[in-house]
Amino acid sequence: MAVKTKITQPKPKALQKSLTGVSGFDEITFGGLPAGRPSLICGEAGSGKTLFAMEFLVHGAMEFNEPGVFVAFEEKANELAINVSSLGFDVNKLVAQNKLRIDYIHIDRSEIEETGEYDLEGLFIRLGHAIDSIGAKRVVLDTIENLFSGLDNKAILRAELRRLFQWLKEKKVTALITGEKGEGTLTREGLEEYVSDCVIVLDHRVANQISTRRLRIIKYRGSVHGTNEYPFLIDNDGISVLPVTSLKLQGKVLTDRVGTGIVTLDAMLGGKGIYRGSSMLVTGTAGTGKTSIATSFANETCKKNERCLYFAFEESADQVVRNMLSIGLDLNKHIKKGLLLFHAARPTMYGLEMHLVQITKLIREFKPQTVVIDPITNLVTVGSQTEVQSILNRLLDYLQVSGITAVFTGLTPTGNAGDQNDETVASLVDTWIHVKDIEMNGERNRGLYIMKSRGIKHSNQVREFIITDNGLVLQDVYLGAEGVLTGSAREAHKLQLEAERQMQQETIGKNERELKRKEKELELKIQALKAEFETLKDNLTATYNDEASRKKISDSKNQDLLRYRSETVAGNSKPKK
Amino acid sequence: MPVIQNPKNNPSMSNQETWQLRLYVAGETLKSATALRNLRQYCETHLKGLYTIEVIDLLVQPQLAEGDQILAIPTLVRKVPEPIRKIIGDLSNEEKVLVGLNIVPLLKNT
Repeated sequence: MAVKTKITQPKPKALQKSLTGVSGFDEITFGGLPAGRPSLICGEAGSGKTLFAMEFLVHGAMEFNEPGVFVAFEEKANELAINVSSLGFDVNKLVAQNKLRIDYIHIDRSEIEETGEYDLEGLFIRLGHAIDSIGAKRVVLDTIENLFSGLDNKAILRAELRRLFQWLKEKKVTALITGEKGEGTLTREGLEEYVSDCVIVLDHRVANQISTRRLRIIKYRGSVHGTNEYPFLIDNDGISVLPVTSLKLQGKVLTDRVGTGIVTLDAMLGGKGIYRGSSMLVTGTAGTGKTSIATSFANETCKKNERCLYFAFEESADQVVRNMLSIGLDLNKHIKKGLLLFHAARPTMYGLEMHLVQITKLIREFKPQTVVIDPITNLVTVGSQTEVQSILNRLLDYLQVSGITAVFTGLTPTGNAGDQNDETVASLVDTWIHVKDIEMNGERNRGLYIMKSRGIKHSNQVREFIITDNGLVLQDVYLGAEGVLTGSAREAHKLQLEAERQMQQETIGKNERELKRKEKELELKIQALKAEFETLKDNLTATYNDEASRKKISDSKNQDLLRYRSETVAGNSKPKK
Repeated sequence: MPVIQNPKNNPSMSNQETWQLRLYVAGETLKSATALRNLRQYCETHLKGLYTIEVIDLLVQPQLAEGDQILAIPTLVRKVPEPIRKIIGDLSNEEKVLVGLNIVPLLKNT
């Protein structure tokens, strides 16, 4: 019974949350900080506590209609305003609109003497006055531990702080208290003992000389929250936290196809290119034309009036543009149209996680259909293998969920596709194209294979990959008795074949002519024979005619003779009858 | 206006200079009452006729807390002579208060 009631009860009492407006933070806390309760944010000097707190107030005032009070123990109001104005926050305007109030509390040890009992009622009154004057819903105390350096009586301070946090709860304001990291404790004065509803730790770690900011929620009473360390970035727009580790394999799947910009490569991929929203990896050793393939993909995207975001980790934007002009790709016109955006950065500029934050942030802003990362292997220099894999995994998931087609290039140290270190990447991507050097007859040529292409019928053949002035071309390689022929060997082979063909043709011609001559000869002979035959025939007919006429003549002569004879006989003896 | 660091070295000035003391309290609490009583007693002893005490109740005028950077209650602020000095607590330790206000006890000198 008891269990049953417990299950049904929490719902109506669900913890109210207060959105911070800090990009990404509200996602990992499923709604922000606990409303009406104090939260603690701690970290080393320069870890971004004050900024986080200020963003919490500014977003509250501007977006959620919750005015806020910033109690500064460290910086003066105008200093604070200047510091955050670089992030585009116009604090002074908000103050003028009564949406924000900055109270600077200054404790100068040299001018304070302590004698006897006291309490911090003055602070309470000031705070209460500030809250009531603008109807504040949010309060930031930055950094309240400064009280400890200004006042001696620790016992009083501790008791008063406990009372303060209780009082803040009663005031129903969402408070954020910042605290400096201490030795072995979260905060120098153990504030976490008093503020126990929500504790956030900011961290600033340096690995391989690259610093990465991270955020972790240590505890959050009455709420689920992401427990991982999340990298975050402070840039022109303030803090962005990256909540990507929670991603699952559930991206939507698109079935339409996008061309790669190389007609012959599309032909190898079933004639239509790769699926939209899928990922393509182009690997190869140095100088095999990976960037060229990637840029022609980018060019193709822009030609269709779609946006492409190009992360160049090796060359600057201008360099890529100039170099691609040599193969007949004019990227400048796409840049001018706003379809192509280059983001060139050194991989060592910040940590791997930071790159991911930066990439996702830019993707959110630019909303591209295609993302090119050239090369992805350069990122390995700033992280270990496992780190890189986890980051890429998250990146690929992110891209797939967003339906963005991704093209990565990867440098392989050896020519063998099988034993390269970016195998890890290769298992994640949908299409893997490998460009290999084929060295023969004193020259180096490029052979292109499709290692895999998920869900697409693809050619199993090696094609010769040729970079011409007018773009990229794939040609069939010659597979002859001598093996695979590429480059000039292939050309030579072609020429040889041509010569053979011509020779053969000549022979055929000769034979034909011979035949014709023979035919003519025979025809002449036939005519001569025919003529002979005619003469013979004529002669024979003539002879025959002579014979006939002679016979006629002789016949008539005989008749005459007979008649004469009979006449003479009848005269002698009277007719017989 | 000349700044008087130490009235003892410049006794003539002590006639012109009035000590402006301000005591911040928050309601009628025991600590505040003790502080005020102690303060009155010290002033009568050491600064007779040369001082004014202004008691500010922050519950009535909370906006005044900011001006003198008041955190603790009770706080005694010496506005004049400059520089500003603050003493927090119920002022139970006479010596500390005198040192804090930079008053040299009259009894010891005369």
